[in-house]
Amino acid sequence: MRALRLSAVLGLVAGLLAGQVARAAEPVKIGFITSLSGPAGIIGKHMKDSVELALDHLGRKVGGLEVEVIYGDDQRKPDVGKQLADEMLKKHKVNFVSGIIWSNVMLAVAPTVTGAGTIMVGTNAGPHELSGKMCNELYFTTSWQNDQTPEAMGKYMQDQGLTDVYAMAPNYAAGKDMVNGFKRYFKGRVVDEVYTKLGQQDYQAEISQLRGKSPKAVFVFYPGDMGIQFLKQYAQAGLREQIPLYSVYTVDEISLPAVAEAALGNYETRYWSPDLKNEANAKYVGDFKKKFGYTPSFYGAQSYDGILLIDSAVRAVKGDLGNKKGMVAAMRKADFRSTRGTFTFNVNHTPIQNFYLLRAVKGTSGEIEMQIQKTVFENHKDAYYQECPMKW
Amino acid sequence: MRSRARALTLVAGLLGLGLVPVVAALANQPFYLDLFRRIMIFAIAAVGLDLILGFGGMVSFGHAAYLGIGAYAVAIPAFYGIESGLVQWTLAMALSGLAALAIGAVSLRTSGVSFIMITLAFAQMLYYLGISINAWGADDGMRLARRSQFGGVVDLTNGYVFYYVVLGVLVALLALGHRLVHARFGVVIRAAKSNEPRMRAIGFSTFRYKLAAFVIAGAVGGLAGALLTNQSEYLTPSYMHWTRSGEIMVMVILGGMGTLYGPVLGAVAFLLLEDVLSAWTVHWQVVLGPLLVLVVLYARRGLFGLLPGAGVPRG
Amino acid sequence: MNWLLVVEQCLNGLQFGVMLFLMAAGLTLVFGIMNLVNLAHGSLYMVGAYLATAAFNWTGSFLVAVVWALAATLVVGMLVEVIALRTLYERDHLDQVLATFGLILFFNEAVAIVWGRAALFTTVPRALSGHIQLLPGIRYPAYRAVIILVGLAVALLLYVVVTHTRLGMLIRAGASNRTMVAALGVNIRLLYTVVFGFGAALAALGGLMAGPIYAVLPGMGEEILIQVFVVIVIGGIGSIRGALAGAVVVGMVDTLGRAFLKPTLSSVIGPSAADNAGPALASMLIYILMAAVLFFRPQGLFPAVRG
Repeated sequence: MRALRLSAVLGLVAGLLAGQVARAAEPVKIGFITSLSGPAGIIGKHMKDSVELALDHLGRKVGGLEVEVIYGDDQRKPDVGKQLADEMLKKHKVNFVSGIIWSNVMLAVAPTVTGAGTIMVGTNAGPHELSGKMCNELYFTTSWQNDQTPEAMGKYMQDQGLTDVYAMAPNYAAGKDMVNGFKRYFKGRVVDEVYTKLGQQDYQAEISQLRGKSPKAVFVFYPGDMGIQFLKQYAQAGLREQIPLYSVYTVDEISLPAVAEAALGNYETRYWSPDLKNEANAKYVGDFKKKFGYTPSFYGAQSYDGILLIDSAVRAVKGDLGNKKGMVAAMRKADFRSTRGTFTFNVNHTPIQNFYLLRAVKGTSGEIEMQIQKTVFENHKDAYYQECPMKW
Repeated sequence: MRSRARALTLVAGLLGLGLVPVVAALANQPFYLDLFRRIMIFAIAAVGLDLILGFGGMVSFGHAAYLGIGAYAVAIPAFYGIESGLVQWTLAMALSGLAALAIGAVSLRTSGVSFIMITLAFAQMLYYLGISINAWGADDGMRLARRSQFGGVVDLTNGYVFYYVVLGVLVALLALGHRLVHARFGVVIRAAKSNEPRMRAIGFSTFRYKLAAFVIAGAVGGLAGALLTNQSEYLTPSYMHWTRSGEIMVMVILGGMGTLYGPVLGAVAFLLLEDVLSAWTVHWQVVLGPLLVLVVLYARRGLFGLLPGAGVPRG
Repeated sequence: MNWLLVVEQCLNGLQFGVMLFLMAAGLTLVFGIMNLVNLAHGSLYMVGAYLATAAFNWTGSFLVAVVWALAATLVVGMLVEVIALRTLYERDHLDQVLATFGLILFFNEAVAIVWGRAALFTTVPRALSGHIQLLPGIRYPAYRAVIILVGLAVALLLYVVVTHTRLGMLIRAGASNRTMVAALGVNIRLLYTVVFGFGAALAALGGLMAGPIYAVLPGMGEEILIQVFVVIVIGGIGSIRGALAGAVVVGMVDTLGRAFLKPTLSSVIGPSAADNAGPALASMLIYILMAAVLFFRPQGLFPAVRG
C-alpha cells in the first residue's frame, strides 16, 4: 500500500515537473553573421537593420517565443566566420544560424552549421556548390543562386537582339561566375571578356580599351566600391550616351546615393526592387524608411525574409525547437509573407522566383531609385538543382 | 639572463594553456577550446616569424604566404584523396621551406625597407596567383572533407586531441627555438642584426645563416598553415593577403620581439581582444587602434616586457 | 596597332603615376627625413578626401573644399605627430609599423562613426567635367588633365622649396645630421612637426583629387598605400625626384600592362589561356617590377644623396 502511494506521489510530482519544463518557454536563439566593420560594413548594416525590423513586425517574438539574436562580424574572413559559427553553436547554443554576405565565408560556415545539426538560413551568398552537389536538408537560402541574376540579364539582352557585348568583371570566382551565368542565356557575340584586379580603383585604362573595341553594349559586374568607381569613371569618359551599360550587383540602393546621375538610366536585373508591388513589401519598405531613414536594399529584403521564414518554422512546430524534421518540413512549405510575393523553394532549398528588369530613374521625390520595368524570368530555377540529390 | 620569476611565469602560462580544455569542459563551454586552439596556431606562426624578425632583424612582410602554402599543401592532396597527415604536413613544411629558400635567396640581397617591400611583393604575387587558379577554388577557397589522418594513432576530429597536438607543436617549437637561439646559429643571427659588417669581417657567411633562419621560419609558417586548414576545415587565398602578414607581425611586436615567448602572449592578447571587443561593439577598431599605439608608446618591449622578472634589456 | 590608343594609354599611365606621386612625395619626405615608416599616410589621404567632400557638399564650392581639406588635414597631421608619433623617431621601424597600424584602425573607424559606412557622393566639379581635344581622335577628360598639371606643379614646387629655400635647407640638413642642426639652434622638433604636417597636406591633396573619381569610404587609403610604398622603393627612399620617377614608371607599367598584356599574350598562348593568365599577370606586374629593380639596384633608381 505504502509503495503504491509513494509511487503515485512520485508520479504526480514527476508529472508536475515535466509540465513545468514544457511550459518554461526557452527563447529562440538566432545567430546572425555578417560583415559589420570595414568597407563592407554598410551591407551588414542594411542586413542588421532589416533583421531588427522583422523582429519589430513580429512583436519581438519568433513563433510565439521570446527571441535573442546574436550578431557576429565576420570581417569578410572565412576563418573568422567559421569561428563565429562555432561560438554561436557551442557557446550560445543557437537554434538557427543566418546571414552571410560572401560566398567563400558561406562555404566555410554552412557545413559547420549543418554538420552540427543546426538549421542554416543564408540571406545573401549563393555559391553553386550549396545549390548543387553540397545541398543539405538543413541549409536554406532566402536569396538566390549567384548565377540566376546574370542569367536574367543575359536573357534580356538576348531577347533585345543585342550583339557585340563587352563583358567586364573583377578577376575572382564570383566575377567569373557572373560572366558564365550571363553567357548561359546570351548567345550573341561577346567582343571581349576583361577581368580586372580585385579592388582596383582606376578603370581609365580599361575604359580606353573598351572604347577602342567599339562594342554595342557593355555588361559588368562590379560590386561595392569597385562599382561606384567604375560607374563614375564610365560617365566621366563620356561613354554613357554612346554605349549603354548593363550590370548586375553594381547599381543598387547602396551605390546609387554615391553615384547619382552617373548611373541614371542604367539597367540591372534582380529578383526584387523596393517598388515591387505586394502588401508585405509595401509594409517592409514603408516601415524601414520610417524607422531608419534610408531606402532598404535587396540585402535587407532577403534578411527580413529569413527571419520571417524562421518564424514560420517555429510557429509550425509550436515552439518545439528540438523538432528539426518538423521545422525543415515547415520551411519547405515557406508559409510566410515574403517581400517578393509568392515564395517557393526548389528541391535544393534555393528559391524559384521571378527576375525583373530594373532601371535607375528619377523618382517622385527627385531622388534616383531603381524601378521595375518588366519581368524577364517567371519562376526561374537555378542551373544547379539537378546536381542536388535531395528529393521531397 | 633568465630570472627565476620569468621562468615561473612562462611555465605557468603554458600550464594555463594546457588546462584550457579541462576548464572549458567543466564549464560546458567547448567554444573556448576552438578559440584557444586557433590562438595557438597563430602563436606558432608568430614564434616562427619572431626568429627572423625579432632575432635576425629581417622584417618579412610576406609571412602569410607560407601559411597559405602550408594550407594548400593540406587541401590539395586531400582533394585528390591523399589524407595522410604525415604526407600533408611534411609537404606543407617542405614546400613552404622551399618557397622561403627561393624568396629569401632573392630578398636577402637587400635590407631595410627594401627587404620589407620585396617580401611583401612576393606574397602579393602568390595571393593574386591563388585567386586566379579556378581548379583549386580560386578565392572561393577549398574545403577540407576530413582533417589530416594519422592512421588511428591520433584522431584530429576529436577536438581535445587536436588541441593537445597543437599545444605539443607549440611547446616543441618553443623548446627548439630556445636551443637554436642559444646555439651558435642564434648567436650569429643576433650578432648579424646588430653589426653585420663586423660579423662578415670575422669570417661568418651571414647570408647563409640568415637564409637558413628564413627557411626555418618559412617551414614553421607552413606548419601553422597546415594546422589552420585543419582547424577551419577550409581555406581561401585570403590566408595569404598582406593584411594577414601584418596581423602576425602585430602579434610579434605586441608580444615582444626577440623574446621567443612574447609572440605567444601577443597572439593571445590580439586575438582575444578582437573576439571580446567585436562582440561588445561594432566600432571595436576605434578602441583596438589606440590600444596598440599605447602599448607601443609605453610598453617598450611589448607585453612580455611587462611581465615580472623581465628586467634585463637586450643589447 | 592602334597608335592613337597607345598614346592615350600612355597619357592614362602618366595620370595614374602623377596621382601616386602626390601620395609618394609626402611619404618619402617623412621617411627620408625623419626615418619614420608611416602606415597611416593612407589614412591622411582618406581624411583629406572626406573633409573635401563634406565641404564641397556643404558649400558647393570646389575652391573652398580644396583650401579647407588642405588646411584641416595639415592640422590633423601635426596633431597626430605631436600626440602619437613624436617619441617614435628613435625607435625601431617595427614599433613605428605597429603604432601607425593602430592609427589606421582608429582613423578608419572614426571616419565611419562620423560619416557612416556608406560611400559619400562625389562628382567632378562642373567646370572640369568636359573633355579636351589633345590630338585629333583623342578626347581626354579635362579633370584627369588637371590632375596631371597639378601633380607636375607640385613636383616643381617641392623642388624649389627643397633646393632653393631656407626651409628646404633645414630639412636636408636635419636629414643628414639631426643633432648638429639642433646644436646650431634650430628647433628641430618644430621642424619635424611642420614637415609631417606638410606631408599630410600632400596626402590630402591626393585624396581630394581622387575623391571625385574614386569611391570615398572608410578604408579607401589602404589599396593605394601599398602601391605608394612600391613607388618609393623603386624610386629611392627619401628622394623626391625618385618618387616622381618611380611613380611615373609604376603608373605606366601598371596601366600599359592592364591594357596590352592580355592582347599580347593572346597572340602567343591563345585567347582562352590569355583570359586567365593576362589579368593575373597584370595584377602582379608592379610587384615583379619592384622585385627586379631591388635585385639589380637595391637603393632604388634615384636614391637620396646623404651628406
